[in-house]
Amino acid sequence: MPLTPRAPATGEPLLVVKNLKKYFPIKKGVLIDRTVDHVKAVDDVSFHVNAGETLGLVGESGSGKTTTGYCVLQLLKPTDGTVMFQGRDLTKMRKGDLREVRRELQVVFQDPYASLNPRMTVGDIVSEALLIHDIGDRGSRRRSAEQLLEVVGFNPDFINRYPHEFSGGQRQRIGIARALALNPSLIVCDEPVSALDVSIQAQILNLLKDLQAEFGLAYLFIAHDLAVVRTMSDRIAVMNRGKIVEEGPAEEVYSNPQDPYSQALLAAVPIPDPRRMRERRAERRKHQDVLAESV
Amino acid sequence: MPLLAVNNLHTYFKTREGEVRAVDGVSFAVDRGTMLGIVGESGCGKSVTMLSIMGLIELPGRVVEGTAVFQGRDLLKLKGRELEDLRGHEIGMIFQDPMTSLNPTLTIGTQITETLRRHLGMSKQQARKRAIELLEEVHIPNAASRLDDYPHRYSGGMRQRVMIAIAISCNPKLLIADEPTTALDVTVQAGVLDLLHEVRTDHEMAGIIITHEMGVVAETANDILVMYAGQVVEHASAYDLFDRPEHPYTEALLEALPQVEGEGIRDGRLRSIPGRPPDLIDPPEGCRFAPRCAYAGLDDCAAVQPELREIRPGHWVRSRHPASERSAQPVGVP
Repeated sequence: MPLTPRAPATGEPLLVVKNLKKYFPIKKGVLIDRTVDHVKAVDDVSFHVNAGETLGLVGESGSGKTTTGYCVLQLLKPTDGTVMFQGRDLTKMRKGDLREVRRELQVVFQDPYASLNPRMTVGDIVSEALLIHDIGDRGSRRRSAEQLLEVVGFNPDFINRYPHEFSGGQRQRIGIARALALNPSLIVCDEPVSALDVSIQAQILNLLKDLQAEFGLAYLFIAHDLAVVRTMSDRIAVMNRGKIVEEGPAEEVYSNPQDPYSQALLAAVPIPDPRRMRERRAERRKHQDVLAESV
Repeated sequence: MPLLAVNNLHTYFKTREGEVRAVDGVSFAVDRGTMLGIVGESGCGKSVTMLSIMGLIELPGRVVEGTAVFQGRDLLKLKGRELEDLRGHEIGMIFQDPMTSLNPTLTIGTQITETLRRHLGMSKQQARKRAIELLEEVHIPNAASRLDDYPHRYSGGMRQRVMIAIAISCNPKLLIADEPTTALDVTVQAGVLDLLHEVRTDHEMAGIIITHEMGVVAETANDILVMYAGQVVEHASAYDLFDRPEHPYTEALLEALPQVEGEGIRDGRLRSIPGRPPDLIDPPEGCRFAPRCAYAGLDDCAAVQPELREIRPGHWVRSRHPASERSAQPVGVP
């Protein structure tokens, strides 16, 4: 059942997020809590993701990018706004219907050490979604798990092993195989390579690119590393303090950023070219005021 | 004579599975006023190298061999008290995590003045006055009023600025920064790196920066040491290393790095390095990179360890197949 390439994208975007807000209350009081204020983690954010493409959501810690991803997945209940996925508003859905939607909408988490249950075998982790959705029998689920592991470049003979036996990069492969199990159309990737070394990071990024080309997946790719986001994304949205400050085709945002914060962010990225050290330092000095404000 | 000369350093850790050769024959020198960058991936031995030099290796780890001569004295032979006199005084240190390297129960002022009083014998008032100057030097706004705050009132970037203030408080000759910006956001990182450059230039200090990021060494260091599996695999000036990398590992690492600038990035693939770094309990007998190397041929690669050799003036490489010799001497690429 799993893993069939999709038909090419039609006109309608796969995911449309409109005026999304997520406020967390700040509470005070000894016996009776009262809400004194709100942290506006996500404050009126709108964007869309087309079938088969990658939208990169980039920002620094506390910018609200992960909270946005969680609101899309309905792992957090948005305070306001709509999340239309395949034409249906997820924010108004009941649990049972959401479960159906989750076949199409999956997630890869940041920390490959914390996101895999240490008591489950690799095979059980990868095929758990099939069990939950009551797809196939034991034998077919096992074959699916082997097939999924092979797709992500993981030795299927390790199906009975446990996550602790594997390195960070291998665990992230298991996490990706798990996300693929139900043949989703959109995967939210929340900092999928930030815990990995450069050489391993490249393996995982290439894998995500290959899977996208092969199965027509769309990604909402959330990361703080501007170079990683650029490598993966067709379009980019830059977040700062709960808002999207700039959004556009990746090449444009990177070569000619319009928003002062995006400019400062790009000027701050260390470039592996020592000849440009001076020029970069001077460039950064120009943006100091913007950053002082944004902290 | 260099300010610091490390020669043939070996640091091993005893574990139940066997002895881990975390640092296995590392040599380098740091000249006055220059910045050396040590770069490599997790577990390559870059941090252990620094901790060994500073006498901060604890059991089950142990420096088994080597010398580290700083201003005529071998740091590896100094006793506890002598080392204490030196650390924080002539050698300043900045660690990775500004959240844990400051004591949360002491004010920022106390933590800066304790260094000044211990090493320079200043009075309380003198030290306080100097502490304010130091905070101003690292660009903490309203320094005088921030002196009595506790670390939790400071952001991550400001804490790292405080760490820099403490590290330079006794005007050391050498400043060692171990992953000083790894825990920080990219805009904050840029500020801290620029500050490091500024204080080093103002005080004519030499420095060593340890990092896993190629971009960070490119923007800070004059000389670069690339480490892999406990050994130095390449050592060159920053310009020469990025212009003409020689070691297959350095080349692969640079090509594995996603780029922020350029065209056609979205459609391209990154070069990945197959496999993983070797087990340092039982490292490969020959070249330690051979099992992952695209050029390791049918020759001695797997059997005999290559020496670190000077391929051109100032550029050292530990490989039988450095980039500039490859065309002249084709090998059986697997």
